[in-house]
Amino acid sequence: MNAAAPAPLLELRGVGQSYPAAESDARVKILEGIDLAVREGEIVAILGRSGCGKSTLLRIMCGLAEPSAGTVLYRGAPVTGPVAGISMVFQSFALFPWLTVEENVTLGLEAQGVGEAERNRRAEEVIDMIGLSGYESAYPKELSGGMRQRVGFARALVVNPDVLLMDEAFSALDVPTAESLRADLLDLWIERLIPTQAIVMVSHNIEEALLLADRILVFDSNPGRVKEEVRVTLKHPRDRESATFRALVERIYGIMTTAKAPAAGGAAGGRVGLAYRLPEVSVAQISGVLEQLDQAGQQGGAELSELAEEMHLDLDTLFAIVDALELLDLAHVAERRIRMTRHGKAFVDGDQAQRRRIFAEHLVRRVPLVAHILRVLDERPQRRAPEERFLRELEDRLSEQESERVLSVVIQWARYAELLDYDYDAGVLTMEVADEAGGV
Amino acid sequence: MPHVRLDAPVRAARAVLGAPNRWDLVAIPLVLGLLFVLSWGTRQMAAPYHLGEALPLSLDPVHLPYYALRTTLRMAAAMALSLLFTFTYATLAAKNRRAEALLIPVLDVLQSVPILGFLSITVVGFINLFQGSLLGPEAAAIFAIFTSQAWNMAFSFYHSLKMVPKDLSQAAHLFRLSPWRRFWKLEVPFALPSLVWNAMMSASGGWFFVVASEAISVSGHQILLPGVGSYIALAIEHKDLHAIGYAIATMFVVIFLYDQLLFRPLVAWSERFRFEALATDSVSESWVLTLLRRAEVFRRLARLPVRIGASLAPVLPRRRGPTRPLVLLRDLIRREERLLSRLWRYGLIVLVSAMSIGFARYVTAAVSYREIGEVFLYGAATALRVVVLVALASVVWVPVGVWVGERPRMAQAVQPLAQFLAAFPANLLFPLVVMGIVQYHLNVNIWLSPLMILGTQWYILFNVIAGASTIPGDLREIARNLGLSRWQRWRRLILPAIFPAYVTGGLTAFGGAWNASVVAEVVNWGNTQLTATGLGAYIAQQTAAGDHPRVALGIVVMSLYVLAFNRFLWQRLYRYAEERITLGA
Repeated sequence: MNAAAPAPLLELRGVGQSYPAAESDARVKILEGIDLAVREGEIVAILGRSGCGKSTLLRIMCGLAEPSAGTVLYRGAPVTGPVAGISMVFQSFALFPWLTVEENVTLGLEAQGVGEAERNRRAEEVIDMIGLSGYESAYPKELSGGMRQRVGFARALVVNPDVLLMDEAFSALDVPTAESLRADLLDLWIERLIPTQAIVMVSHNIEEALLLADRILVFDSNPGRVKEEVRVTLKHPRDRESATFRALVERIYGIMTTAKAPAAGGAAGGRVGLAYRLPEVSVAQISGVLEQLDQAGQQGGAELSELAEEMHLDLDTLFAIVDALELLDLAHVAERRIRMTRHGKAFVDGDQAQRRRIFAEHLVRRVPLVAHILRVLDERPQRRAPEERFLRELEDRLSEQESERVLSVVIQWARYAELLDYDYDAGVLTMEVADEAGGV
Repeated sequence: MPHVRLDAPVRAARAVLGAPNRWDLVAIPLVLGLLFVLSWGTRQMAAPYHLGEALPLSLDPVHLPYYALRTTLRMAAAMALSLLFTFTYATLAAKNRRAEALLIPVLDVLQSVPILGFLSITVVGFINLFQGSLLGPEAAAIFAIFTSQAWNMAFSFYHSLKMVPKDLSQAAHLFRLSPWRRFWKLEVPFALPSLVWNAMMSASGGWFFVVASEAISVSGHQILLPGVGSYIALAIEHKDLHAIGYAIATMFVVIFLYDQLLFRPLVAWSERFRFEALATDSVSESWVLTLLRRAEVFRRLARLPVRIGASLAPVLPRRRGPTRPLVLLRDLIRREERLLSRLWRYGLIVLVSAMSIGFARYVTAAVSYREIGEVFLYGAATALRVVVLVALASVVWVPVGVWVGERPRMAQAVQPLAQFLAAFPANLLFPLVVMGIVQYHLNVNIWLSPLMILGTQWYILFNVIAGASTIPGDLREIARNLGLSRWQRWRRLILPAIFPAYVTGGLTAFGGAWNASVVAEVVNWGNTQLTATGLGAYIAQQTAAGDHPRVALGIVVMSLYVLAFNRFLWQRLYRYAEERITLGA
């Protein structure tokens, strides 16, 4: 399709994004050194764990956010704000609830100063094409989720964009609805019924990316950067049961699970820092996955793709749980496979009290923040401290919001382990006195 | 005429345009009538007038509809001004960080200033501004109503602007809506439901002030603007009980019409802009809105502005980027960010200190320190009254509100009634109470107090009703299922659940009571004057004497009391309610 490699439509050169930590001069990096050229006629998908900055990257591409490093070029000109040729479809639809379908669709045209007759003509065309005819005068609240996102697409397409960005456009829809909308979009694209020259999509669904994209960029997280690029040369429509398709799925899982050098992975990888961005995972999710591995897995191990499918986990949740398991040394991932450690096995086999004890041991040993909090509390006569004491420390390295999130994960885990108690009203952390062993 | 018989070709045309229907029969006369009355009434407002001239006012009830019209027009003018203020002030505060740091605290203080206190000061200014015209005193009255509405509405709009959903804001940015279009397509619609609600609440408060501000005394002259408030004042002077009865009846009708013709339709209409993207079962209904929506005339009229806009669009100049000097200025401001913000901060400090010193010198030149101390003591007396009254009103209305709120049908009937009672200007009822006190020789310091809460207690009632009616059914069922005793049910379920709503109602009632103290602590009936000890009475007496430094002192002391209570009591309760007891979060 793009043999002669003409000048890219959209180009990112060394794009990075960071923001200052709340309490110090340090900067929290979200994205780093992104080079990317989007050419005419291709669909590019960006895949990655949550927290890899993929949505931020999309907002940088369309000029909604300004990168702190590097430049974005659209048709050779730097992008400093929203431009006419790039439009976006939002995960949450972002429709104006007080405008009808037609008014929502024509919003962008109105802003461009297109005359009323022309506006209506183009809106009608797009509404027809996207399968919304008959609904012109409906308000978004009268429509189902799938229809709402169709309005989102119509609004984005009516301005005849060169580049269409999709920010997890299908993830708020149920499976069959997403399927049909995806198929319709692909038809429009293949039949060249829309003037769009290129599509960039962010997704946390490997199959979705493989169904649509010509190129998949797998992102690393903390900070987000391109880890590897996968080219997909399968012809449309793609059969997700075919061997090549399955092989690609496995390959991407493989890429996503290859540990980068300083990360949490592996027993040898050892410790993480104090301000490690702990994944938002509940103890129930951790034990749920371990139990699944124990029962269904072969020798306490399983392919990640199987696990995701059997437990209905999306990519974000799956990798968050995997991250927590590795961090706590309860399971390890290597070569797309996840396998329980002997501690993980002991955890699954234990009763409630034993589970708590194992979890507590690993928490203290493997999560420096927990050990640090316990040390600080132990030095205090009352064994209590206000949460701000620790938030301020975290804010040296993280944003205010992220610090609060990390602390809340620690509190949640440490409560289960009966290491800490937390008074929500007062915002005070207390050390659990461990003299009555295992008592409730 | 829309409802004459039509021949075939016209009928064909009508088929395209949409035929007038039976709704038109009511709608057209209604609107034409309104337009006529409005234009006639406004012309009267600008009649010539010189200070000292006696305005002819009669107690003959025949004139009451006319007086009511004048009173209503004042309300409408104040509402229009409040909207204008809201759109400018709140928008500036929400969009400009530096302006925000000044404007929001100022608004907070303004909210606590007793409105009736400074009426006597502003009226002089307005009379000088519109010399020789009745517009001067009119403007002063309108300004008093304005001050009772604008702050509240501006706060609501400011909060809404701050809470515009991020994805909608991004979509507006992405599709390159101009700031103007963004304001009208995104921000105003988003803010509308809460703005309309706040405007309605503010208007309820406004009736009280319009009645109080129509009869003003300026430098010994009594100005009686034609209106229901002046009618009452005259009736009190003449000890005419019948006239008072007529005035109360008129007010009932006026408020009822205002509510039915203006606010019910507005509230029902603004439901459309609620952000929850679900097709909820609409709660507000209004026959007027239905009429307007179904009558063909209005459907066509409603499209008119759009048509005009569209036909003008090619003629109007297209949107351009900012001109060169503006760009330069913007760059300069960006570059010198730090310096400018420091200058701004220091400038503010200097300004505030200068104003405080100026004010202190102005007051201390006329008033001794001893008297200032006394004024604070008066404040304490009024504060005691307000606190006791709000507590008493709560003890009475919370159980009633809960009882009503738990019965949906009852709530639907009582809720509008409570709102109506809150709007009814309680000062119309003062004479009745005074007669009772005189008759039975009751203690003035105790028995004048209830007047302060007479009008504002209803805020507690209807907020509690609203709170109680939103307690989820499953929580109520589980309480019954677990067999909670009556007391346990109240302590564990009802009180926490209605708490946020109660705080809103209590705060409103509390602020209203302070305001009312200025007219409630000194009351007249013919030649009899009853005076309670308190800050309200102090302000009222100094106002009558025309002693401006003392009036100013009284206002500032009262504002300080209100601010202190808000900071140390209500805001804490608010935060507590917000953090702890949010149902369904």
